[in-house]
Amino acid sequence: MSSGLYDMSAKDFDKTLDLTAIKPYGDTMNDGKVQLSFTLPVANNDKGMEAARILAKQMGLSEPNVAYARTLDAEFTFYVVYGSCTHSVDYTKIQIQAIEDVSMEMDEVDAYIKEHIGRKIVVVGASTGTDAHTVGIDAIMNRKGFAGHYGLERYEMIEALNMGAQVPNEEFLAKAKELNADVLLVSQTVTQKNIHIMNLTELIELAEAEGMRSKCVMCCGGARITHELAKELGFDAGFGPGKFANDVATFCVKEMVRRGMK
Amino acid sequence: MTSKIGLDQVLVEKARTSARKVAEDTQRFIDLHTTVAVERTVCRLLGIDGINEVEVPMPNVVVEHLTQKSILSDGAALRIGNAMAELGIGPQEVAEGIDKGEIDLAAIPMHREEEIREALAPVVQATMARIDANVARRKEYLSDFGDKQGPYIYLIVATGNIYEDITQAKAAAKQGADVIAVIRTTGQSLLDFVPYGATTEGFGGTYATQENFRLMRAALDEVGEEQKRYIRLCNYCSGLCMPEIAAMGALERLDVMLNDALYGILFRDINMQRTIVDQYFSRVINGYAGVIINTGEDNYLTTADAYEEAHTVLASQFLNEQFALMAGLPEEQMGLGHAFEMDPELPNAFLYELAQAQMAREIFPKAPLKYMPPTKFMTGNIFRGHVQDALFNMVTILTQQKIHLLGMMTEAIHTPFMSDRALAIENAQYIFRTMADLGEDIEYKKGGIIQSRAQEVLQKAADLLGEIERTGLFATLEKGVFADIKRPLDGGKGLDGVVTKSDRYFNPFVETMHKKEVRA
Repeated sequence: MSSGLYDMSAKDFDKTLDLTAIKPYGDTMNDGKVQLSFTLPVANNDKGMEAARILAKQMGLSEPNVAYARTLDAEFTFYVVYGSCTHSVDYTKIQIQAIEDVSMEMDEVDAYIKEHIGRKIVVVGASTGTDAHTVGIDAIMNRKGFAGHYGLERYEMIEALNMGAQVPNEEFLAKAKELNADVLLVSQTVTQKNIHIMNLTELIELAEAEGMRSKCVMCCGGARITHELAKELGFDAGFGPGKFANDVATFCVKEMVRRGMK
Repeated sequence: MTSKIGLDQVLVEKARTSARKVAEDTQRFIDLHTTVAVERTVCRLLGIDGINEVEVPMPNVVVEHLTQKSILSDGAALRIGNAMAELGIGPQEVAEGIDKGEIDLAAIPMHREEEIREALAPVVQATMARIDANVARRKEYLSDFGDKQGPYIYLIVATGNIYEDITQAKAAAKQGADVIAVIRTTGQSLLDFVPYGATTEGFGGTYATQENFRLMRAALDEVGEEQKRYIRLCNYCSGLCMPEIAAMGALERLDVMLNDALYGILFRDINMQRTIVDQYFSRVINGYAGVIINTGEDNYLTTADAYEEAHTVLASQFLNEQFALMAGLPEEQMGLGHAFEMDPELPNAFLYELAQAQMAREIFPKAPLKYMPPTKFMTGNIFRGHVQDALFNMVTILTQQKIHLLGMMTEAIHTPFMSDRALAIENAQYIFRTMADLGEDIEYKKGGIIQSRAQEVLQKAADLLGEIERTGLFATLEKGVFADIKRPLDGGKGLDGVVTKSDRYFNPFVETMHKKEVRA
């Protein structure tokens, strides 16, 4: 169990950073330390604790330490476990799909639009399907923005329409067509049973069928959205947590220019 | 009670008077209208239940028939009662006759109103007796076990499967939950019918059906008896079926219902005329059945800024209070809502949150205030999230908020794990225990940040209510005053379900349930 003492165990591993075999960092290079917590559907006793330890070993943790065990119900116990990860990752071989544009600030985006597009661009956004959450699309579009990044409504060179939540995909596309939208932003918050994948796929298919896919930059966003997932589903880009209006705006205007949209 | 934050009582009274006038003005509109949802509710309270061969709920069958025959304006009670008087059968048989095409309510010769009322009376009395028995049962439980002192710990379950919800709810109750809310499936608020039977599929929540209500009620009674505590059950009567769900809740002894006068208009784009009429009947039912209503002001702050728009929350609380009083719902059942949603980056945000909560406590002294945890600024950093929730818990215990929705550190990541709930309960109980009487010991500095903030918010709320009094509620909603959302009078969903009542319209349940003497 956790003793609260200093770690006196021998550190007989190589302590130099090797990017071809990186490991988690606790307080010493390559110590591999990770923390995790989980619940097992068993009573809180020594046997349960041993089960947690065995499970941690199977996850690739050496010397697992069950720091805490707590009864949640007669047959459910919560564990906090520490251990050293035996796996490593070759960081030098990783290839990811990432948005490579360096994000501009609001004023720079406006200036970029004036210079390279020469007219206001039209952005239509919504949380489509049955999703009732507006938090994502609001953070990107509403004037006030989020965490100090103004929303698209505030951009001088952007005509932004936020249609809110629970907008059917058909209605979303109809509005985009009506306004001659250059950019479509769709936000998905509810991801239970992959409902967001189904909805996003439907949107892309409808956009293809309406002949709008090639005419608009299409992006999706949300807490569980990655750029890679978005590309896989047929979107131009995806924006996950920690992305703000200026990140979205930068990608969209640069993509418009890349595609020669005027 | 002397005000800890030096509230100007004259200003409080002014704001309240403005809100009362807005409610009275709106009530004149309500009294002239009924809706498809209101009439389906009358059907349900008359005992009409079940679904037909193509799974249309029988109350919908009846109300669609009334609409097609252009007699909805007479109300379901008059026309069903008339059929009962003519044919000597019960409401369910009338509904089945309509479904089979054997009964045409428009073709039945009209009986005198006394005869119709006489035919309905035993059915109405039986329903009222069932609701009365539920109220009595709740009282009995509460007197046997005693009621929870201090904040009620409110937890949600949302698996989509009622049976899985029950497993989670029982565990949560054993860990210390006082109220279990079964979150509804995404999109249910936009259904113009209530699904039927036990359900095991939902997205982000579980369908509100009468059978699901019954199953969860039985499970919570079971665990409550074991724990010697009464576990309250909460659901949502918002959306297009507001009063129907209130009726189902009254019949199955739910204890808490989300029931905001404006929420559906703002956040679900439901037509404002429809919602205003629907909310009235649902509040009459909730008021009578001893159900605490939770209002939805906290939601404003998920779209509008919590610091800048704090006065709209207070203004809406005043309006919700007056609409509830209009429906005969006593103050003790008004779970007026607000939330801890200020930006953690804002200096002194905790002081402003405290000011807002203390102000609500003092302005609505008898109301079991509903306080919502941080959600907008929860980031996936579970460690900071747990601290945000701790600060939120402190505000509750310092200002005696009553219905305390527990914040989860994994908010914005997933629907809560069993362990998330347990850790949240531990956090809240720790703070509630170790700071139990801190609120009693604290006085706020005269003219300090907290007092000044409360005064500023109250002033702005009173001004706003004065403006709403002059322009009327509907015009205010059209201007986007609440939650930065604008809604047109004739826009949104469900307007075609609103009709003007005829001269002979009556609703035997409003007549029986509405306790007109309730008044602040």
